[in-house]
Amino acid sequence: MQAFFATVYIIWLRDVKRFTREGTRVLAMLGQPLLYLLIMGQGLRSAFKMNIPGFDYLSFVYPGVIGMSVLFTAIFSSVSIIWDKQFGFLKEVLVAPVPRAAIAMGKALGGSTTACLQGGILLILAPLAGVSLGLGQIIVLAGLMFIIAFSVASIGTLVAARMETMEGFHLIMNFLTLPMFLLSGAFFPLNTAPAWMQPLMRLDPLFYGVDALRNVIYADSPALSYVVAQTVTVDVLVLLAFSLVMIGLGMMSFSRTE
Amino acid sequence: MTNAIEAFELTRNFKDLVAVNGVNFTVGAGEIFGFLGPNGAGKTTTIKILATLLRPTSGRATVSGYDVVRQASNVRRAIGMVFQDQSLDDRLTAEENMLFHCVLYGVPRKDALTRMEELLDLVGLSIRRKDLVKTFSGGMKRRLELCRGLLHRPAVLFLDEPTLGLDPQTRSHIWEYIRTLHRELGTTVFLTTHYMEEAEVCDRIGIIDHGKIIALDSPSGLKRVVGGDVVIVKTSDKEALLAAARERFNLSGQLDDEMVYFETERGESFIPELVKAIPDILEVRLRQPTLEDVFLKLTGRAIRDTGSGKLDAMRIRRTVHQRRRQ
Ligand SMILES: Nc1ncnc2c1ncn2[C@@H]1O[C@H](COP(=O)(O)OP(=O)(O)OP(=O)(O)O)[C@@H](O)[C@H]1O
Ligand SMILES: [Mg+2]
Repeated sequence: MQAFFATVYIIWLRDVKRFTREGTRVLAMLGQPLLYLLIMGQGLRSAFKMNIPGFDYLSFVYPGVIGMSVLFTAIFSSVSIIWDKQFGFLKEVLVAPVPRAAIAMGKALGGSTTACLQGGILLILAPLAGVSLGLGQIIVLAGLMFIIAFSVASIGTLVAARMETMEGFHLIMNFLTLPMFLLSGAFFPLNTAPAWMQPLMRLDPLFYGVDALRNVIYADSPALSYVVAQTVTVDVLVLLAFSLVMIGLGMMSFSRTE
Repeated sequence: MTNAIEAFELTRNFKDLVAVNGVNFTVGAGEIFGFLGPNGAGKTTTIKILATLLRPTSGRATVSGYDVVRQASNVRRAIGMVFQDQSLDDRLTAEENMLFHCVLYGVPRKDALTRMEELLDLVGLSIRRKDLVKTFSGGMKRRLELCRGLLHRPAVLFLDEPTLGLDPQTRSHIWEYIRTLHRELGTTVFLTTHYMEEAEVCDRIGIIDHGKIIALDSPSGLKRVVGGDVVIVKTSDKEALLAAARERFNLSGQLDDEMVYFETERGESFIPELVKAIPDILEVRLRQPTLEDVFLKLTGRAIRDTGSGKLDAMRIRRTVHQRRRQ
C-alpha cells in the first residue's frame, strides 16, 4: 500500500515538474480558450440578447471555456503515456516492484493538476468575461476544475493504456474530444437544444462539469435557474461516479500490461 | 543455496518467429554469467522474460527462487535492470532520474543521496547532476542508466549490452564497480554483450544463436573447442586457398567476408609452410583463439557477420559521435 502511494506521488511529481519547465506550452494552450471566449463570446453576445434578468452571453460562455480548456489540457497530458512507451521510460516503471495500477492513478492526477494550473489562469481573467468572483467562489471553482480534469484525464489514461502509437491515440481522442466539447453546453443551455440532442448532452461528462461551474458563477444571479440543468451536488456526484469507473478501468488496464 | 536464475525449456514466439527456442540454463548465486550472440539471437527477449516484462510462450524460469510468471512482484523486488534501449526521462535532470528510481524501489532518502553521490562520481557525471538529461551525449546517458540500475543494490543485476558505445576507459571503470559490487554484496550478474573482452570477464558464457544455446562453458573451456592457434590469411582467391589447404595440409578453413581462418596446433611452423606452398597470400596473422573464433567454429559465421550487424555498427558510431561533441 505504501508502495502504491509512493509511486502515485513520484509519477505525479514528475508530470508537474515537466509541466513547470514548459512555459511556452502553457501559454500556447491558453490561446485557444481565450480566442473562443473573446471571439465567440463577444461575437454572439448580441445575438443571444435574451429577456432574462441577470443573463449575459459572455459570462454564460465563460464557464464553458474553462471546461474546454480543462478538457483539452487534461486529454493532452495523457499523450505523455504514449511518449513514455515509445521513448522507453515506461519500462523503468514496469520493471520496478510497484503496483502498476499506481501508474494510471499517478498519471491521471498529474494530468489533472497541470490542467488545473492552466485553467487557473482563466480564473484570473474573469473580469475579461465581465464576471467578478469572490475568494470563496475561486476556491470552489478550483476544486470543481480538479474534479472535471480528473474525470477527463482518467479517460485519457484508459485510452493511452491500450494504445501503442501516437496515431492511434490521436485518432481515438479526436473522435472523443470534439463531441465532448460541442455537447458540453459550453455555448448553449440544455433547454434550448433540440429534444434529440438533450439525451446526448446528458451522456457527456463535461456537460456536468460546465453545469457545476455555472452553478457557482451564477450562484447569486436571478438567471441561475435558466442557465443550469441541475444542482451542483448532482453534477459533482455524476462526475465522481464517472471518474471512479474510468480510473478503475485504467488501473486494471495497466495492471494487465505485459 | 538456490540458484540465482534457472530456465527450463524457455520459449517465446512472436507470431511465427521463435525468438527464444527451448533454452535451458542455470546461473549460480554470485556468478557473472554472459550471453553472447549475434543481433536477433534472442538475448534481449530472454532477459525480458527473466525480468517479468514478457511472458514465456512455454517453459518456465525462476529468479532468486521465484517464478517469473506467478511470482512476478517478488522477482521485481530482487532484480535490477539496465535496458538495451534508452529508458531515462530526458526532460528531468540526472539527479531527478536517480531519485525517481529510489522512490520506486523504496530506497530511504538518506541512503539514496549517498549512493547517488558515489555512483555519479564513479561515472564522472557529478558536475552534470543538475542538468537535463536531454543535454547529455549518448555515452553519458548510458553511464547514467548504469548507475541508476545499481542504486537499489539488487541481488540479481541484468545488463543488456551495458557498455555499448562507451569509451574503453569508462568501460573499465564500470566493470571495476560491477566487480566490486559483485565481490562485496555477492550480486549475481546476467549480461549480454558484443564485446569479447567483456565476455572474458564472465565466469560462464552461453553462446546463443537463433534462439538456442549452442554452447555453455567457462571462457577457457569454450576456447578449448577451437584446436590450438588461429591463423588468419588474406588472399585474392579464397576458394583456391581453401582447396589447397585441404589438399596439402589436411586442414579445413572457415571463411568470412575478407579472411580465411585456420585452426592448427602449431601456428608458428604452419605459416612458413603455407606461404611456401601457396604463393597468392597477401597477409597472415597468428593469434590465440578468442570467443569470436569459437562462434565461427560453432556456427560457420562470424558473430558480426549477420546483416543487422550494420545497424549495430551504426549505433556505436552514433554514440561515439555524440560523445565527441560533449
Ligand atoms: N516485440 C517483438 N515483436 C516481434 N518480434 C520481436 C519482438 N521483439 C523481438 N522480436 C524478434 O525476436 C528476435 C530476437 O530478438 P532479440 O531482441 O531478443 O535479439 P537480441 O539477441 O537482443 O539482438 P540484438 O543484439 O540486436 O539486441 C528477433 O528476430 C526480433 O526481430
Ligand atoms: Mg538485444
